[in-house]
Amino acid sequence: MRDFSYLRAASVDAARAGAIQPGAMLLAGGTTLLDLAKCGVATPDTVIDVTHLSGLSAIEVDADGARIGALAKMAAVADDPAIIAAFPAISQSLTLAASQQLRNMATIGGNLMQRTRCPYFRDPGTFSACNKRAPGSGCSAIGGVTRNHAVLGVSDACIATYHGDLAVALVAFDAVVEIGERSVAIDDFFLVPGDTPERETLIEAGEMITGIRVPASAGAGNSVYLKVRDRQSYEFAAASAAVSLELEDDGRTVRDIRVALGGVATKPWRARAVEQALIGKAIDAETVKAASLLAVEGAVSNGGNQYKIALAPRVVARAISDLASKTARTSGGQA
Amino acid sequence: MTIMEPNREPRKHGSAGDGMVGGRMSRFEGELKIKGAATYALEYPMENVAHAVLVQSTIAAGRVVSVDISKASAMPGVLLVLTPQDDLGLTMCGDWAGNPSSGEPYYPLPQTVQFNGQSIAAVIAESREQASEAARLVTVTYEETPSVTGLHDPNAGEGKVMPNLVVNWGDAEQALAHAEVTIEATYETPREYHVAMEPHGLMTTWEGDALTIWEPSQWSHGMARMYAEWFGIDYENVRIVSPYIGGGFGSKGQPLAYGAVAAAASKKLGRPVKLAVTRPQNFTSYGGRAATRQTIALGATKDGILQAIRHRGMSETSVYADYAEQTGAATPVLYKVENFSSEHRIVAVNTVTPGALRGPGKNPSAYGIECAMEELAYVLDMDPLALRLKNYADHDYQSGKPWSTRRLREALTEGAAAFGWDKRSHQPRSMRDGNQLVGYGIGCGTFPVIRAPSEAIIRILADGRVEVVSGSIDMGQGTYTILAQTAAEAMGVSIDQVVVQLGDSRLPGSSIAGGSMLAGSITGAVHKAALAARDELVGLALNAPNSPFAGSGANTLSVSGGEISTGSGDGPVVTIAEMMKALGREHLEIRRNTLSDDAQEAAEQRKAWTTMARVMGPTMGDYSMHSWCAHFAEVRVDEEFGTVRVSRMVSAFDCGRLYNPKLVESQWRGGIIMGIGQALLEEGIVDPRNGRTVNNNVGDYLVPTNADIPDLTVISVGVPDLNASALGGKGVGEVGIVGVAPAIANAVYHATGKRVRDLPITLEKLI
Ligand SMILES: Cc1cc2nc3c(=O)[nH]c(=O)nc-3n(C[C@H](O)[C@H](O)[C@H](O)COP(=O)(O)OP(=O)(O)OC[C@H]3O[C@@H](n4cnc5c(N)ncnc54)[C@H](O)[C@@H]3O)c2cc1C
Ligand code: SF4
Repeated sequence: MRDFSYLRAASVDAARAGAIQPGAMLLAGGTTLLDLAKCGVATPDTVIDVTHLSGLSAIEVDADGARIGALAKMAAVADDPAIIAAFPAISQSLTLAASQQLRNMATIGGNLMQRTRCPYFRDPGTFSACNKRAPGSGCSAIGGVTRNHAVLGVSDACIATYHGDLAVALVAFDAVVEIGERSVAIDDFFLVPGDTPERETLIEAGEMITGIRVPASAGAGNSVYLKVRDRQSYEFAAASAAVSLELEDDGRTVRDIRVALGGVATKPWRARAVEQALIGKAIDAETVKAASLLAVEGAVSNGGNQYKIALAPRVVARAISDLASKTARTSGGQA
Repeated sequence: MTIMEPNREPRKHGSAGDGMVGGRMSRFEGELKIKGAATYALEYPMENVAHAVLVQSTIAAGRVVSVDISKASAMPGVLLVLTPQDDLGLTMCGDWAGNPSSGEPYYPLPQTVQFNGQSIAAVIAESREQASEAARLVTVTYEETPSVTGLHDPNAGEGKVMPNLVVNWGDAEQALAHAEVTIEATYETPREYHVAMEPHGLMTTWEGDALTIWEPSQWSHGMARMYAEWFGIDYENVRIVSPYIGGGFGSKGQPLAYGAVAAAASKKLGRPVKLAVTRPQNFTSYGGRAATRQTIALGATKDGILQAIRHRGMSETSVYADYAEQTGAATPVLYKVENFSSEHRIVAVNTVTPGALRGPGKNPSAYGIECAMEELAYVLDMDPLALRLKNYADHDYQSGKPWSTRRLREALTEGAAAFGWDKRSHQPRSMRDGNQLVGYGIGCGTFPVIRAPSEAIIRILADGRVEVVSGSIDMGQGTYTILAQTAAEAMGVSIDQVVVQLGDSRLPGSSIAGGSMLAGSITGAVHKAALAARDELVGLALNAPNSPFAGSGANTLSVSGGEISTGSGDGPVVTIAEMMKALGREHLEIRRNTLSDDAQEAAEQRKAWTTMARVMGPTMGDYSMHSWCAHFAEVRVDEEFGTVRVSRMVSAFDCGRLYNPKLVESQWRGGIIMGIGQALLEEGIVDPRNGRTVNNNVGDYLVPTNADIPDLTVISVGVPDLNASALGGKGVGEVGIVGVAPAIANAVYHATGKRVRDLPITLEKLI
């Protein structure tokens, strides 16, 4: 690991002033940063520890929605009773992420900013070509082992998956990322790679995420995060879906639905086509199945990840059907 | 410099009633490990230590043209950079079997690159951080040559037949041609890794010509010999210290290139050197289980009597050494069959030489034959349990010898009863639970009884404690504990009085902790020494003039609970401590070995402890001796997602007598858990373009988590087998994994009707 200086920020402003310096990086829980430093991917000159800043780890839930401070721990948010009640998909996305040890360390801000697990990105000593690490150098993944690479939002420059779970739930809920004074819709916050895979979010040098706002929505309390993978715990998603559902009083017609996908795209992926196909429709297995197929419209496989194109719609359909039957049961209607 | 002696404090353990052989004593060193109080090799306090970091190749094959170390050498703290240009002055060591060295020079950092991830340079610096950053700045220029990166490489070819792995009896071709029913299928297993919790690494220091090495070791004496031969120094001058090991699974039985590099660097620098192999480097610094492929044809009558087995297997090896992962190891011993043909080939590819990983050979072999048997059962429309019982082998058809003990029938029937096999409905896809398909499957397993001599010292101390001293090791399998139990029982003392000292090549000789041979071997030596020590003590008590029993007229004494008495109720009762005081002895030491009479010369003894020369296979002698097991698995498959969950397992074992059932069950369960990983998760994924293992970390190389493991019921159906070992046990460490993967693969077929013939059974293979 390279030598670097360590600064403990005394205020958000100090952190930002430090972070604008070339080679500076914010340090929160460190579970991504340290890992990447060991791989030789992150080579900060200065590390600015923000974990001692006060007032950034609050979790507040009221009628308007939730506000989660950037330094709140994944575990704290996952276990927060108000979050569990108001936004079950958020809690579940966190509980199903990483391991308890990591969730105890990692922060919400750091979680959004986690980097891809593309093995070629993480092994600079062997694979010099990686457009994300070294713009213009090429992509080692294309033509290589791609089982865990994205099928949606890919470009010729990069096919790396965004593996985070929380952001998928947040995208479904139209959350807003607070970057100090400015606020950005989370769907805009994350960028597809295009020709500039090195640019993953709208964060500029010297900026810091301070919190996340999640607006209340009618279906939010009736939401689920479904994560499918080979290992039952401590594995990134082969495919996942965050879904929230609000039915009309008849207990079967969709008033509002939000669908987002994880594990299959280069950013947390909102599946608006699925939502549009279902709003106003009565829920039944066939309708859900047909609509769910729209989740992978435009999907492109690079070999080993072909299965994701078949899997993702099934995960979406199961999440919707499970929610619908649960809703029908609790409202006494028929699904 | 401080050298810590292995902990000599008495260790606390379970209740005294558990202290005899067969008691359910908890592991001696378990508490130390859980509390972080066990000192692992790299944790020994050491002053003035320098840190070495390896640089590994990033191509699969070729030649190192040049290594630019200018940047690395200029980094702060850097003391030394070793490259292929540096002659470390080493000589090849003799092999495991005891064949002497060829005398050729040994280059642990070779010029020729034979696989991706081969060590080609090392940087030694004042701190690990300095060394690792400097290592990153070492620039290697290669001349690449074509490579073959695995069995699936189009240029892999068919390899070569291993003549010692060709087995034939009867006429398999003829019998297959005439069989009423035949099946034929090809099964594959991928590269798999040990991924022990404790990564590899070592600390070394020299004093003159004497080399001390702290390194996790499954075989302190064997490794000491190999280091000695590399450096051309006397065996007595090498000391391997390894009292605690964080798992080995076969990977820590021999010194490896990085060990030679660290010791050579230490010698050059004249100071201690510590080398920690990084987790990614662990994937190529020693070999995991080789990828295998085997094709099995079975012929049977319509009512399910096996007529023939034809097996053709292959495994990958490296381009510089032959290692066979014997796909035919279990095939000949599981069933009664009159016509048999098996052949195993090895195919050289650009990988580190594969090595032994829990149940080597037997494991992939059982996967093949046990899947094939179930495939046959479905073709015959016959219950797979009934098919196995119908073809039960009454003796070993390969050697023609009778089994010493074989309770596989009991394993099958008692396992089936405990599992509820009779509740199975035969047709695939016929059992459901909600939207999950449910399936049942069986896999039988076997592991040979391998016998080896060992020696031990029993030392009775003045305070009445009994010390067991052996150079054997405990990597978590329970050596400390069962040796204490063995000594306590043989000596007639409470287990709290026993102190066990292990893990040092200077201590008495021992077999390797591998091939499931150590427990049988070392309990034999300890038992023998402890009985002799007790006899010695009783003899002194009867005859020494100062003994309280002097003149008592007794001609024998009993030792029980640490007290010596006449056993008849009258006469004195004297503790061992009191007796030692009366005798005026500081200690009483007895050394015994279980070598045959022709091997008692010093040189022969040394050879026995440091090579495999005196190791005996399962059919040396009048009997064929093996451990046996039958696994019953229940799986739930979410067919839409392709995910498989093992929801229940029952496994029944014949491992003879169990020295400590609690530890044995834990060995079995550990094996079963690794088997679940093998069936569903584990696979070294290699980039075919450059032979790089891309999932070379434990975030991406998946082993089971607690959530993946259901309740595992284990049952012992064994009886003591005194042909197998002095105390009647057969090996327990490896048999547990053997047969698990086929049981699960068979259950997945029963659930889904889909036969996946290449492990692991990941979701994309089922959706
Ligand atoms: C083995 C393993 C498995 C994992 N599995 C999962 C999984 O299944 N699902 C999942 O979602 N995640 C998973 N993770 C990722 C894990 O959730 C992230 O590492 C963690 O959330 C990062 O948070 P942190 O606080 O530790 O971030 P850090 O490592 O401290 O920071 C990460 C990055 O974010 C930047 N950063 C930190 N805070 C801020 C801020 N406030 N504003 C702007 N930038 C900031 C840092 O500079 C750095 O670049 C896994 C990680 C590991 C190592
Ligand atoms: S997929 Fe993206 S991150 Fe991975 S190697 Fe290609 S450019 Fe780099």
